Amino acid sequence: MTAFLLSLVVGGTVAGDLLKARGMRRQGAPDRFDAGALGRFMAAVAGNHLFWWSIAAYAVSFFAFMALLSIREVSFAVPATASGYAVETVLAKLLLGERISRRRQLGAALVVAGVALAA
Amino acid sequence: MARTHICLAVIVVANALGNVALGYGMSRVGDISSFSPLELLRSGVAAMGNPWVLLGVALLVVYFAAHTLILSWADLSYVLLVTSSGYVLTAALSRLALGEDISYFRWAGTVLITVGVALVGSTAASTAGERG
Repeated sequence: MTAFLLSLVVGGTVAGDLLKARGMRRQGAPDRFDAGALGRFMAAVAGNHLFWWSIAAYAVSFFAFMALLSIREVSFAVPATASGYAVETVLAKLLLGERISRRRQLGAALVVAGVALAA
Repeated sequence: MARTHICLAVIVVANALGNVALGYGMSRVGDISSFSPLELLRSGVAAMGNPWVLLGVALLVVYFAAHTLILSWADLSYVLLVTSSGYVLTAALSRLALGEDISYFRWAGTVLITVGVALVGSTAASTAGERG
């Protein structure tokens, strides 16, 4: 049951992050950070269909995470669910066109190793 | 740059506190022994009546809003890796607030994560200008 729930948590988070990042990048950053500009930004987010697909993916991940927390400790569940870091970094390069420099690759490798140890 | 650092701080703190509050609340709700729709509904109603679960959900909403905002200008691979510093905070809070045992392996893992985050944090938040 733990492995099944972990796969739902990780898969949902990876899909949700990629969909949201694509949607937000298309939409662009707010030009200012006052209440009005942030309100207009959030209203635009509400009309972004990629954002809503990301919500659906996150919902699967969230409820699986809650179920996981009911059977495992939080200090196990949180690091273990981060096992998708490497996959997500590679997909960010392939699907979002981000440039993953050597320094970022090394940092990602350390994070993945740290997460593996912590889990 | 300031907006990036403020958003990252909100993401890390709200996510760590939210996870701990949710973990504490769910441990008081009890095990989900079956995944039948009726049992899931019963557990969901019980969870939503727990103030720690509600606090955890509220903090995770703050986390989500900041995460959505920052992705409008910063790379996913940057945000994803830098905010993994939240694991260090979560481990510390799990030990201090929930009394969970954190093994030496887990502490060693958090040190590696911290070094990795420092490396990624020293790269540009957005590589959009570097694309052809």
